[in-house]
Amino acid sequence: MISEIRNVKELDEAIDTCTKEFEDKISGAHGKRAVLVCGGTGCLSNDSDAILQEFKRLVEEKGLANSITVNHVGCFGFCSQGPFVKIYPEDTLYCKVKVKDVIDIVEEDLVGGNIVERLLYVDPVTHERVQRQDDINFYKRQKRISLHGCSLVNPDFLEEALGYDGFKALKKVLLTMKPQEVIDEVLASGLRGRGGAGFPTGRKWQFAANQQSDTKYIVCNGDEGDPGAFMDRSILEGNPFEVIEGMMIAGYAFGAHEGYFYVRAEYPVAVERLKTAIKDMEKVGLLGDHILGTDFSFRAYIREGAGAFVCGEETALLNSIEGKRGMPRPRPPFPAIKGLWGKPTCVNNVETLAQVPYIIRVGAKEYAKVGTEGSKGTKVFALGGKVNNVGLVEVPMGTTLRELIFDIGGGIPGGKKFKAIQTGGPSGGCLTEEDLDTPIDYDTLVAKGSMMGSGGAIVMDEDNCMVDVARFYMDFICSESCGKCTPCRIGTKRLYEMLSKIVEGKGTKETLKEMKSLAAVIHQGSLCALGQTAANPILSTMEKFPEEYLAHVERKECPAHVCKRLIRIVINPELCKKCSLCARNCPVSAITGVPGKEPYHIDQNKCIKCGACLASCRFKAIHKE
Amino acid sequence: MALIEIKIEGRNYQVDDSLTVLEAARSCGYRIPTLCYWNHGHNSLASCRVCLVEIKNPRGSRLFASCVYPVKEVPASKGFEILISSPMAVEARKTAVELLLSNHSKDCQTCAKNGKCELLDVANLTGAETGKFIGEKTPTTYDELAPGLIRDTSKCILCGRCIERCKEATGIGILGFENRGFKTIVAPIANRSFSKVPCLQCGQCINVCPTGALSEKREIDRVDEAFKEGKYVVCQVAPAVRAAISEEFGHKIGEENGEGKMVAALHRLGFKKVFDVNFGADVTIMEESHELLERISKHTGPLPQITSCSPGWVNYLEYFYPELIPHLSTCKSPHEMQGALTKSYFAEKEGLDPKDIYVVSIMPCTAKKFEKERKENAALGVPDVDAVLTTRELALLIKRSGILYDELKEETFDPLMGESSGAGAIFGVTGGVMEAALRTAYHTLTGKEYAKVDFTEVRGFEGIKEAEIDIEGSKVKVAVASGAKNAKPLLEEIKAGKSPYAFIEIMGCPGGCLNGGGQPFVKPSLLPKEDKDILDTYLSKRANILYSIDERKSVRQSHNNPEIKALYESYLEKPGSEKAEHLLHTSYIATRERYPH
Repeated sequence: MISEIRNVKELDEAIDTCTKEFEDKISGAHGKRAVLVCGGTGCLSNDSDAILQEFKRLVEEKGLANSITVNHVGCFGFCSQGPFVKIYPEDTLYCKVKVKDVIDIVEEDLVGGNIVERLLYVDPVTHERVQRQDDINFYKRQKRISLHGCSLVNPDFLEEALGYDGFKALKKVLLTMKPQEVIDEVLASGLRGRGGAGFPTGRKWQFAANQQSDTKYIVCNGDEGDPGAFMDRSILEGNPFEVIEGMMIAGYAFGAHEGYFYVRAEYPVAVERLKTAIKDMEKVGLLGDHILGTDFSFRAYIREGAGAFVCGEETALLNSIEGKRGMPRPRPPFPAIKGLWGKPTCVNNVETLAQVPYIIRVGAKEYAKVGTEGSKGTKVFALGGKVNNVGLVEVPMGTTLRELIFDIGGGIPGGKKFKAIQTGGPSGGCLTEEDLDTPIDYDTLVAKGSMMGSGGAIVMDEDNCMVDVARFYMDFICSESCGKCTPCRIGTKRLYEMLSKIVEGKGTKETLKEMKSLAAVIHQGSLCALGQTAANPILSTMEKFPEEYLAHVERKECPAHVCKRLIRIVINPELCKKCSLCARNCPVSAITGVPGKEPYHIDQNKCIKCGACLASCRFKAIHKE
Repeated sequence: MALIEIKIEGRNYQVDDSLTVLEAARSCGYRIPTLCYWNHGHNSLASCRVCLVEIKNPRGSRLFASCVYPVKEVPASKGFEILISSPMAVEARKTAVELLLSNHSKDCQTCAKNGKCELLDVANLTGAETGKFIGEKTPTTYDELAPGLIRDTSKCILCGRCIERCKEATGIGILGFENRGFKTIVAPIANRSFSKVPCLQCGQCINVCPTGALSEKREIDRVDEAFKEGKYVVCQVAPAVRAAISEEFGHKIGEENGEGKMVAALHRLGFKKVFDVNFGADVTIMEESHELLERISKHTGPLPQITSCSPGWVNYLEYFYPELIPHLSTCKSPHEMQGALTKSYFAEKEGLDPKDIYVVSIMPCTAKKFEKERKENAALGVPDVDAVLTTRELALLIKRSGILYDELKEETFDPLMGESSGAGAIFGVTGGVMEAALRTAYHTLTGKEYAKVDFTEVRGFEGIKEAEIDIEGSKVKVAVASGAKNAKPLLEEIKAGKSPYAFIEIMGCPGGCLNGGGQPFVKPSLLPKEDKDILDTYLSKRANILYSIDERKSVRQSHNNPEIKALYESYLEKPGSEKAEHLLHTSYIATRERYPH
């Protein structure tokens, strides 16, 4: 255990010892082995904590405690295959592990030295079992900068962070760089904000640095609210020290001595690990006064958000930290001029700050080699929806959607046809087949009518109705609008109602026109980015799938057979085997027939289109039309 | 003041660089509609979006809320141009209003703010179509439990002016946004009733509300009922009403002392007697200065003594500083004193049963509606005052009766309780009670008249004022605060045992009764004939009326009012007598729950 890191010498010693220890642990020196169990929220909710305890119990029971260490680590990213267990030094990755599998891993692998084949990842195409993480297609094209150390280091131990590059950047900055040099370095790296809008991070810092003020603040935005997104959560859960280090470097660069982490209260694991990290750093002196014996002092605090989507908007977030209702403030003044408690403040996303230590360690030049002309480095996406490999993916900027969805994501399940991918969450837009070969970066996404957003990427297939998708996002926005400004509060509700009219077959071409002009006013006239982007899902689906909207309003048809009011579920009498299963499953007794004698028939007046019959029919005799 | 060149609709103008686009445009001859903007916009939320203008620069065009956007950001030198009537801006403002209307109850005909509605005004200005958007409406709340005010969220446009006003005037912040998204409403915490939160009922929120979402609780029906029942209906009018009533009949603010016409109208409305609460104010001074003398000489209570005429302020003290209640004067407020006297002194003289008398107070105040219902204010077993109408309600009463206000010949208050001193008149303005008290206190303490009549140091509209008078060698320090928020530092001083004052005047509303929650609305957009800066000047304009009444009076001190002398000689004997204590003094509640069930 490290007790004090009060100066450079102590830091150097700590880094040397911890690095050696960590390398030994992974490389199996002295005949030791290590068991890493995923401790991300996804796997935790699949019993990974019980798995961890079971490992500890069995290792103890078998008398292996001296030769085998067991601990949890952060998210592996490949969430659809979790919970994960990884064994070092062999680098064996076990997937979808259950508590009852632990005994097998212990007896066969840890004791017997044989791999438990049945728990290895199976490639969906080749059907081959893959032992090592790096050989799995999902991981092959990834480059981990923000996720550095996630799924490798124990997030509860400062020693493990120190053993895996931790605080090398902080040391470099405090001892060899002037604040302006840090800003220049970040500017040169081309780093842009990972929270969505992609504002150059160095420029933001420069604005704040230019302000004369006795107090400045750095705020880390961990209020990740996009449906399906969990990048920030996984980073904070997997390596909180890296983000704190990034925050301290930012503070040093523009003159902030206090930092606030604003994290959703729905992320209890992240909050807990961050708390532990801050406490441990304070204990050894890495947070507090005169860090490493320099003049730089820094303190970090945590504020938990109550779960409002709008608090991801920086000015609403600042209000929330101040104890006020999370409602955006008009800008100007911008936070860099007048932010938290009226002081110059920079609000940086978790992922942005997580990139900073890496930039400092390798240098801007090296960092800028990754990415595209206007967008440097890597971006983490939360890949979800109709895609085989659901999970967190960190790829270099400029990766194409095809690579993301088909190579890393493994394509669409069930051989269905790819239809669209929604990036940028409810603020973004959708991209289609024709955009698949577009390299993803901030600018190309905007040019294509979407946006990077915080990194949510939801894949849709031919069974998704795009009007319904737009309606889903509008419903989300309606309830997440803060209620402050008129266009967002009432306008989005009216848009939702227009969409509802359309999916119910009551819309006309006039509705489409009205929707477009209202959407334009909401976009132009709302107070904050939530409102300004609220109509994006509608505008983008209308632009990319005009024929689908027309089908709804002109022919009153839903081509994807999703909108209940516009479809019928029917039984083909020629295929019906008269088994009566559908009738027994119908919750409203809409299906009649005589078992074994008369084919079954659905009374359309009674049918609620729940689809229970469809799912129950074993003979594919029922279909939507 | 530095100048900046801006470009509006193709023309260049030099404007003060500290202005917002809205204010700058106003100075260049453009009026951009507003709703959430209020008085220089320092609290503006920029939420309503009806002031959107297009700001064009060489890189593109965007809409901004002109009420908060600084002109500094849009210098003509950098190619910025402000477009007020571009299709984009016009469409956006119109749509914003149409959206508001789509979620509004639109029962304009019977609305309390009929004719005073800013939403209707901007609807007209923007050419909004009411039927443009039709859809679900936000679930609404109608709260009429509190005696003073009504909240009807079906008319609320969530501009947030009331929220800011409450914070600014009282420092409490009773109102805030509740719920999220389309369900957002403005409400006290957890959408409680005004009667279930520590609301002062001062009505400052009503005065800034652009629509009928906040209004006073009308009591005209009760008065009608009293007439119908054949009661002996008497009315009495507060000092501040006469300074503003003419505004309701088209007069410019501060233009006319409405006293004579108002009295004439009240006589025509059938009130048996029309008394002047200025008389009650004189009584209050007699009692209050006696009480002060007792506290100073006989230590009958702690110092400083604090005035008790403002019911909003009394509410504040009971809710937030109950431990300081001993400092509060036990005097009832002037109209309660006068109500009690009407039902005793006057009733005895006329041979009436107090139960048959119905006293109607015409007040600039909504908190008085609450005050009259306090059990403590019922000296004769019946309420001292039976109904309280605001200045605005009085105007409605007059208009309803077909009386043409401006054609009335002036009449005077009825005798017995109709004569007043100049001191009574200035009760309606912050510092007035103190000034009136100082004129008499000296006399009470020394038996001699003070050489000075005007105490200008306690005049004006600063939040806290102080003065010192020399009473035969000993210096007495006094302080005046208006707006409950400004009372706080003075109260904290008392709590800490460091208050240097002997006597403090506190009014719940900033500026005093002139600015009460029942006074005519001062909404610049609806008062095109008023000066642009009317919100900065209306208080002093109204105050000037009261000060000139004071100046013109032959009797300037309460104790020299002949009717006051008669009252004490023939009925009360002396200030603080047993009878006076019974009729004119009250007690307070130290255990008022802030959030009762």
